[in-house]
Order: sequence, then structure tokens, then C-alpha cells
Amino acid sequence: MQARIPTVPERLPLRARWDNFQRRYAPYIFISPFFILFAIFGLFPIVFSLYLSFHAWQPASGLGSMTFVGWRNFTDNLTDPTFWQSLKNTGIIALESGIPQHLIAIPLAFAINMSLKRVQGLVTALYFLPYITSVVAIAVIFVTIFSWQYGVLNVVLTSLHSLPLIGGLFPAENINWLGNRNFIQPAVASVVVWRYVGWNVVLYLSGLQAIPRDLYEAASVDGASVWQQFRYITLPLLRPIMFVAITLTLIGNLQLFEEPYIIAGDSGGIGNMALTTVMYMYRTYNFYSDAGLAAAMSWLLFILIGALTFLNNRIFGKSRLSGSD
Amino acid sequence: MAVAYSSAPNTARRSIGKPLSRGAALALLVLGALLTVLPFYFMFVFATHSRGEIFNLPPPTWFGHNLTTNYDSLLGRVPFWRNLWNSLYLAVLSTVTTLFFCSLAGFAFAMYNFRFRDQLFAMVLATLLIPGALNIVPFALIMQAFGWIDSPRALWVPGMASAFGIFLMRQYIGSAIPKELVEAARIDGDSEFGIYRRIVLPLCGPALATLGLVTFINSWNNFLGPLIIFRSVETYTAPLALRTLQGLVNTDWGALMCGVALTVVPLLVVFAFASRQLIEGLTSGALKG
Repeated sequence: MQARIPTVPERLPLRARWDNFQRRYAPYIFISPFFILFAIFGLFPIVFSLYLSFHAWQPASGLGSMTFVGWRNFTDNLTDPTFWQSLKNTGIIALESGIPQHLIAIPLAFAINMSLKRVQGLVTALYFLPYITSVVAIAVIFVTIFSWQYGVLNVVLTSLHSLPLIGGLFPAENINWLGNRNFIQPAVASVVVWRYVGWNVVLYLSGLQAIPRDLYEAASVDGASVWQQFRYITLPLLRPIMFVAITLTLIGNLQLFEEPYIIAGDSGGIGNMALTTVMYMYRTYNFYSDAGLAAAMSWLLFILIGALTFLNNRIFGKSRLSGSD
Repeated sequence: MAVAYSSAPNTARRSIGKPLSRGAALALLVLGALLTVLPFYFMFVFATHSRGEIFNLPPPTWFGHNLTTNYDSLLGRVPFWRNLWNSLYLAVLSTVTTLFFCSLAGFAFAMYNFRFRDQLFAMVLATLLIPGALNIVPFALIMQAFGWIDSPRALWVPGMASAFGIFLMRQYIGSAIPKELVEAARIDGDSEFGIYRRIVLPLCGPALATLGLVTFINSWNNFLGPLIIFRSVETYTAPLALRTLQGLVNTDWGALMCGVALTVVPLLVVFAFASRQLIEGLTSGALKG
């Protein structure tokens, strides 16, 4: 941030006055596009959706058919077993994909941080690749990999089963990943993990690289073991970035739509097990064309996201970010 | 996907190069790299095999001879080049408009002292906190009301001045362009927009490249937006066309993989040349926020 430099000359000729006028209003004009667009496509829709959530409305039958129904959309959602199931699915997939993401990303970031400078950029880029790939493409590839009878994954797993010692860890039979109620959620979650590990690696790597090396050197001179160095230097200093990464995962995972939608389709997969809340909202709007119900659902989800983010802040975010502005 | 949780050596650091832990770290990196790359490898392999060959035991692990057949089959089912063109058109328009409006606003926030500047900027940042899910239903309704269904406008107009882009440009302009330069141009009698066009914009190269790449990739990969807006296969973007192919009763997986590869390869090429900038751009919101 620069200090403000007040420039107030003593007397102003006409030309300078015009310049001042122009200078005073130019910045407002330059930033106005954002505020105009946000008003039309951001603020208005949100206010409208709040209004809508208290009304029953089939969009196809025109604005005139909107009728006020009070809290009924909310109570309808909260008494709808499918809505609760979608929340449960979202939560389970969020945990099954969220926790492994970070448990894998942190060691990988460590390993990259240890390796030679030359390869760091290359390896990081490689891990980041899934993040910049179209979700549709990813999901389509994984559907073939997960295929029950002919999928690469099952072939690998069942062949590992015949290994000595660790063979017992692997299934003897092909797993019907996408057609079995118990396996579709882990299947979707693992696609999410695969996609986001690299993203988290980059975040953690930047956190690790910000830790001054001489801290470790000083600690090892004082006789701290490697574990103690990790416990008392790395972990505390990684905490702010961990908080950011976990917050982003939380918010993103609660709004999961694309991966389960492509893998399981409109139907939400076997027994609706891969139906996330955003998918159900889309279904409510698009197929049941009940805009009010869908709007109420989005607000319920919003409240849930807000509450969980707040909890996460209280538990985890005590040390606020040291603003690097 | 089974991933090795354990063998993570929390031990060595760069400074303490114990051969053992270095070896373990290397093994971990190689394993991770394999798991990352394999799906891409299978994408290319499957694109060269017929449907019957893909669903075979064991599945193919090396390239086949069916690429041209798959390609013809793909074009027989959807106008895929048209779909790729739609994706490109949308991405280019998004990128150009975003660069212009975001650099202009970023310049204003970085270089001017005006009333309510900091409050307005805080407002811009606050909009980043709104979960996207909240906007899905009203977005669909508004576009219906505007009559913008099936028209790309619906997707590039709302994002023209993105909060993230303004944030990125303000950071860069504030740190890389000296205020004296702007003052000097002003004394020389340049208009405010002239300063932006002749002084600031030419100096924003790196930030414009980063923001441009990020915007382009996000647009290219966008799925939910086009899913809501586009209703006919002629107006579909590439990801929607793929989704349609997959949804057919008798999915031709070879053709589908061929389309997937055509969608992903341009990205891989861009990424190969600008991975560093892309990664920095995409994560800057999280790291500097």
C-alpha cells in the first residue's frame, strides 16, 4: 500500500480545474462496470432468489403465476427424505474426498520441497495437470477405468490380490464401482481427490517454502530431532496455509456438482447415492421445474456452508492470515 | 484409487540430505506422478481403440489402429469441430473483455485516491465469498427473462469485470508501476483514459498474461454454465457435446475418448508453455487473499 500523496496546488487555472474534474471522476467510471454487472447478475439474482424461495412458481407459466407460500418451500425441503439423503451424500463424499486430499498433498509437498530445485517446477506442474483439465473429460476417462468387468482398476486390483503377504488387502472379485450402493461414493470421491491433490500441493508447497531454513538449522544445532522440528516448526508455521486450503476444500466440496453429475448422470447413480445437494437442486429446477423449491434449497445449503465455515474459523483459524498485501 | 498414505517421510529437509529419506521422497513423487499421468495415458490409448477393444479383458494398454474410425464416428454423432469452435469463441470473448475491464478497474483501485475507495474495494472482494450454488437458479431464470438462452452472451457478459481479475490487476499495478509515471503523464496533459492506454496497459504484460490464461482455462472447462444455457447440439460447447455422447444409449467409447482427447490436448499444449504462470494465477487468490 502506498501512502497517499495529497496534491493540492494553490491556485487553479481553468485547464487544471478540468483536469481535476476528470481526475476525480475517472476512477469511478473505471470501476463502474464491475458494480453495474454485479448489480444485474449478482445482487439482483440473490435478492430475487430469496424472494422466490417464499413463493411457488413454475417458470414456464410466466411471472403472473407466482404465489406466496411463506415458509412452505423450506419445510417441504426439510421433510423431503431425498433432500436429507442428498445432504448426507454430499457430506460423505466431501469427507471421503476432502481428508485424503490433504493427507496426500502434505507429504507430496514435503517430498517436492526436499527434491532438487531443477525438478520442483516440473513435478509441481505435473501434479497440477488434473486441476486444469475439463471435469467432463476427467469423469469420462474415470468411468472407463472404473468399469466393472473390463475396467483397468479392477484388473490391477484383482491381480494384486494374488501377491504374497499384502495380497489380502486387495479384492479377489471385481468391484462394481459404479453399480453398487457401497462403492459409488468412494469412486466419485477418488476422482475428486485425483483432481484436487495437485492444487493443494501447490498451496502447501508455497507454505513450506516460506519457512526460513535457518529455523531448522538452529533447531538441529540445539539437538532437536527431525520429528521435533516437524512438530514445533513446520506444523505451526504451516497452519495458516492449512486453514486456507481446508476452508477452500470445505466450501468447494459442499457445492460438488460436476464430478458426480457426469459419473452418475441425472439419475444420481444407483439408489441416488451419488446425488449431491447441488445436483438435487438442479434436478428440482430443471426437471421438476419448481423454482421456489430449488431457490429455498440453495438458501438452506448456503446456511449450512456459512455455519460450517464459521465453525472451521473458530476451531482452526485462530491465527488469522498474516496479510501479504 | 489406492494411494499410499503411509511411507511419507516427514523426516529429512533439503538441508539434511539423508540418502534414505531422499530415496523415499523420490519414490513417493514417482508413484504420485504415475497415478497423475496414467488416466491421461489411457485417454490417448482408448482414443485409438474401437469400443469392443476397450471393453476387453485385459483392457488395452498400448495404442491401436482405430483412431480414424473413432474420429469419423465422433463427427457422425455430434458436430464436434463446431462445438470446439463454440468453446473457443466463448473463451476468447471472455478473456478479452475480462482483461479490459479488470485492468481498467485495477488501475483505478491502485493508482487513484478517491472517496470510499477502500470500502468499494472491500465490496469487490466480498463478492468472492458468495457461494456459486446460490446463483444457479436465479442465473437460469434471468437468462430466460433476457432471452439469452442458447446465446454465448449469457456466459461472457456477467463475468466481464470479475472480482478476482480486479484483485489480481490491482495487486500487480500497485506493485509494479510507479505512481510518478502516472503523475508525469498527467503533467504532460494526458487524459486519464490515455494514461491507462498508453502508460499502464503496456506495462501490465505479465499480469494480463496470467489473468488471460486463467480466464481462458476457466471458460474452456466451464460445464454448469453452458449446461444451463445451451439447449441445442449446434450451440453446445465441447464439454456438453462429450456429455451428450456419453449419455447416448449405445455409447461409442472410442469416439467419445477421441473427443475427450481433442478437448484436452489444446489445454495440455497451453499448459506446457505457461504452466508456471497458470499455477501462480490460479492459486494467487488463495495465497494472497
